Amino acid sequence: MSLVVLGLPLLGCLVLALWPRGADLSPRIFGTVIAAATLLAALVMLPGLRGDDGGADTGRALNPRHEVDLPWLSVIDVRLHLGVDGISLPLILLTALLTLLGMVHNWVERPDRPALFCSLVLLLEVGALGTFMALDLVLFFAAFEVVLIPMYFLISRWGGPGAAAAALKFAVYTLAGSAALLIGLVFIYASTGSFDLVELSERGGAGISTAVQLAAFGALFVGFAVKSPLWPLHTWLPPAHTEAPTVGSVLLAGVQLKMGTYGLVRIALPVLPEGARALAPILAVLAVTGIVVAALACYTQNELKRLIAYSSVGHMGFVLLGVSTLTTVGINAALLANVAHGLITGLLFFLVGAVKSRFHTGELDELGSGLWARLPRLGFVLVFACVASLGLPGLAGFWGEAMAVYAALHPAVGLPGPLFGVLAVVAAAGAVLTAVYFLRLLRRLVVGPVVVGAGHRVQGAGSRTADIWVTERVVHVPLLLLTLALGLYPAVVLGLTEGPVAGLVEAVLAPSR
Amino acid sequence: MTTLATGAAVGVVVIPALAAGLGVAPAIRQRVGGARAVAVVGAVLTMLAAVAVFGTADNVAQETRLLLAPFGDIDITTGVLIDGLAGVLVLVVAVVGLCVQLFSVGYLHSDQRYPTYAAQVSLFTAAMMLVVVSGDLLALLVGWEVMGLCSYLLIGHYRDLPEAPGAAVKAFLVTRVGDIGFLLGVLLLGGAAGSFRISDVVAAVGSIDSGTLTLATLLLLLGVAGKSAQFPLHTWLPDAMAGPTPISALIHAATMVAAGVFLVMRLYPVFVAAPTTLTVLAVSAAITMLLGALCALAQDDLKRVLAWSTISQLGYMTGALAAGGYVQGGFHLVTHAAFKALLFLAAGVVLHQVGTVLMSQLGGLRRSMPLTFAVTAIGLLAMVGVLPLSGGFSKDAAVASVWAAVRGESSVLPSAPVATVLLISMLATVLLTAAYATRLLLRTFFGEPPPGGFHGNRQEIADPEPLMRWPLVVLTVPTVALGATIGWFPSYLGGALPPAESVVGFGPGPLPGSLGPHLSEALLASALIVVGAGATYLVWRAQPDRDPARILGRAATALRRGLYLDEVQDALVVRPTRRLATVVSAVDEIGVDGLVDGAADATAAASRGLSQAHPRLPNLAVTSLIVTTTALVTILVVLS
Repeated sequence: MSLVVLGLPLLGCLVLALWPRGADLSPRIFGTVIAAATLLAALVMLPGLRGDDGGADTGRALNPRHEVDLPWLSVIDVRLHLGVDGISLPLILLTALLTLLGMVHNWVERPDRPALFCSLVLLLEVGALGTFMALDLVLFFAAFEVVLIPMYFLISRWGGPGAAAAALKFAVYTLAGSAALLIGLVFIYASTGSFDLVELSERGGAGISTAVQLAAFGALFVGFAVKSPLWPLHTWLPPAHTEAPTVGSVLLAGVQLKMGTYGLVRIALPVLPEGARALAPILAVLAVTGIVVAALACYTQNELKRLIAYSSVGHMGFVLLGVSTLTTVGINAALLANVAHGLITGLLFFLVGAVKSRFHTGELDELGSGLWARLPRLGFVLVFACVASLGLPGLAGFWGEAMAVYAALHPAVGLPGPLFGVLAVVAAAGAVLTAVYFLRLLRRLVVGPVVVGAGHRVQGAGSRTADIWVTERVVHVPLLLLTLALGLYPAVVLGLTEGPVAGLVEAVLAPSR
Repeated sequence: MTTLATGAAVGVVVIPALAAGLGVAPAIRQRVGGARAVAVVGAVLTMLAAVAVFGTADNVAQETRLLLAPFGDIDITTGVLIDGLAGVLVLVVAVVGLCVQLFSVGYLHSDQRYPTYAAQVSLFTAAMMLVVVSGDLLALLVGWEVMGLCSYLLIGHYRDLPEAPGAAVKAFLVTRVGDIGFLLGVLLLGGAAGSFRISDVVAAVGSIDSGTLTLATLLLLLGVAGKSAQFPLHTWLPDAMAGPTPISALIHAATMVAAGVFLVMRLYPVFVAAPTTLTVLAVSAAITMLLGALCALAQDDLKRVLAWSTISQLGYMTGALAAGGYVQGGFHLVTHAAFKALLFLAAGVVLHQVGTVLMSQLGGLRRSMPLTFAVTAIGLLAMVGVLPLSGGFSKDAAVASVWAAVRGESSVLPSAPVATVLLISMLATVLLTAAYATRLLLRTFFGEPPPGGFHGNRQEIADPEPLMRWPLVVLTVPTVALGATIGWFPSYLGGALPPAESVVGFGPGPLPGSLGPHLSEALLASALIVVGAGATYLVWRAQPDRDPARILGRAATALRRGLYLDEVQDALVVRPTRRLATVVSAVDEIGVDGLVDGAADATAAASRGLSQAHPRLPNLAVTSLIVTTTALVTILVVLS
């Protein structure tokens, strides 16, 4: 089944790459069908994981299902090893869902060269799914890198006026991080002779000297930090988001950003536990700095997409804080916050795309205000998304962030408690600052009386400054409902992650090792 | 727990939530009649469920639980916890909610956005009910914050009112600051107790070290201060009057602001085990009630008088609780909900009929609006604390509890100096309350209107239509008659949740929970009321068309501006944060990003330099590639 989930979008990508140039409707239909099929295939994997206790009974640190283990590049000890467990499946489902919604969005805003566009989106999906399913380090790295190429083209070819520079910065910066990542992976191989993740997780760092663990974890840390992004390695994100087309931004925020934190939890923590314990405080400090800096920076932003890009840095700060505590609560919270961020920020970028396509600008100074009065339905969903993003309890964003703070108040034994306590308080204060900038956004753009913006050009009779129509509804509603559902009943995701995380923490991060 | 009790408790949360969801459905939202029906029917059904909860609750806590979020080392469950406290409050919220929904139908008759408004009010009701019946602290927090959201949305309801958006943001942010303290306190308590369930936390009180307990309760107190508008987080409440007046009756008088007081009562054993926190609460209460009463004395806006008055009255409740008067504080919570909601709805009537609530532009309304005058007078008498109205009993009970603490009878507030300060503050507040209440009554309903007249023609000003009249009448009943329940109330309310046996000497409450008036307190209070009211009346009568507060001289301006505490908050918190944001943003964009761009520029420059040194190398790109690759490979080889 893993091969099906990976193979479908790959097949679709190749087919679409060969699609005749002039076609418009057919590639979009085909793309949507493939994305829907992939999502269905991913959902089929779900029942097999129910009741997964993550191998806590079997004593295995990593207990994948739907495993595929084929010889591939035997010369360098690389196998085609795929598998799914409770940690990766929520992200796989999120990826498949956002890709499908992105494909549907092609009916809202028709891209030119749709066949090429859809092909690139599917390639991105392949890379993301491959990252989440890979159980071999080289395979992981390859999939990790594959995502770069379609994103670069999506931004530079279909993006805004400053797209070329933004895409280049994004590509080179992430590539530099990946170079560090590769160094780390090579260190691991050099010490253990294996690229297999199941085996390496089982070892839990045995056989790797502390010095090498530190160095390798540091290298992996840099690579994943760029991708997450972790402050201060985040400055590629705002320009990339600002210039990317709507679907590009959604997938960047909802899919690509997840890969960094996933890599930390999947690879860096279990394989290099001593390195993790040593560097966790630094991770925590940088994460919380990111939360505060991002919130303050958001307050001064006047461009919509840039503001949401910075808010992503803040959210990922909470995720990374949760990871840095090295406890079951923290990692569960991080994974939950990860999924919530994907849903909420994905929704936000779709909405901002809707605003930009109507008013042809993302600048707050030019947009005017009173959007809720002008376009009630769009305004309502915007308010919902902003409120969800600022972490209102009852919606998805709250649980992960609150429990990340809880985990920071009770970090793993061996980590500096007072430092983490201070960081917890600062992170909680960051939540107030998050409310500050989102309310500022709402006040400037959405609530209040109608003020027509300076940059708003009067549209002709076929004006698209109409309220949300059906196709946009189809894109927004699933995200809206999932945000609410996850907020009211987080066990939906936590039921999946709890088992594997317990196995991870118990088998690998126990201080007695 | 019986199925009926559980079902009713769940219903009391779910029914208004459904009404809210239904109210925003496109089919309903477009038809005002449909929206009204949904809102009112929802409120009626909620009322029925509330009565069921009230009827099935007894003073033994009952509970059910459902796993919501397994996080590994700690689980989050949700469930309902019904005891006397929950039973009483559920009924209060349902009654006030129903009155407000009915009143709003008339008040917002011509408002286009009524459907959204009604849905938000329903959602708010659901959230408050969740706070009241929740058996789990984090689920309580969900309701707590959703109330804050609804408050924000509703205060900003009048889109074209310039002060509305700012007031809404201020309300949300000030309470959010408090809520962060609340969250941290909950997380600390939950972590120490191993569970977020209220009953588990209370049971674990004996085993948590006092340092953690004190810190956690102080943090919780931040949340209480924010939601219940206690000093220093009170600044949002007067500005919140920019919202529609029925909202002020529901949210800012009877329910949301009561949530903080409810929390102290719900977790009372935890607070009792942290005497430092209760001392802090006592001091804060003393400051708050005096501040509120003084500022109420100088306001021109009728609604603002009531807002400051609410701040002051909440101080009574927290003061009584700090002294150990669990039952007394609870009783004042209930009576205040009745008379304050009544007063706010009456203010709404004045605004609706006359077009202004500025007392300098009102006068003589008792002739044209006799019913409104009557209910306002009754409400004010209750607020001032005249026996035998309900407010009289509750105020006397609060004063008595503090007096008992002064006499050293309270194990909870052993410090006589603090208790004395609290008592003096309370007695002064009684006097001031009488003063500003009299001023309000005289300036609005007596005397003559100003020469310019009202906005409308005097003939049009009359008592309101039935839909707005009946809620007033209904609320008058408990305002007058709740005093009859003083025998039954303490036994229904029961004691606070009992902690583990290891906590010694904890009976129904640190003080005996009797509400009967004490003669000495009643006499003293009556004397103070007479002095306060009489002085105001005499000053007014000398010059009926001028503000009695003028005798305060320049202090009046300071009081009207809330002792400039808004400006202090702005200078200490708001402006520094804005400046910090600008600095941090610049550092991030120019500094951090500059490093990145600088690295890129440096690489390019180095490559250019190298390619000039080797003229045969074709171009910049190739040279950069070779240099970087060589460097990487070298590192790999050396280190592996």
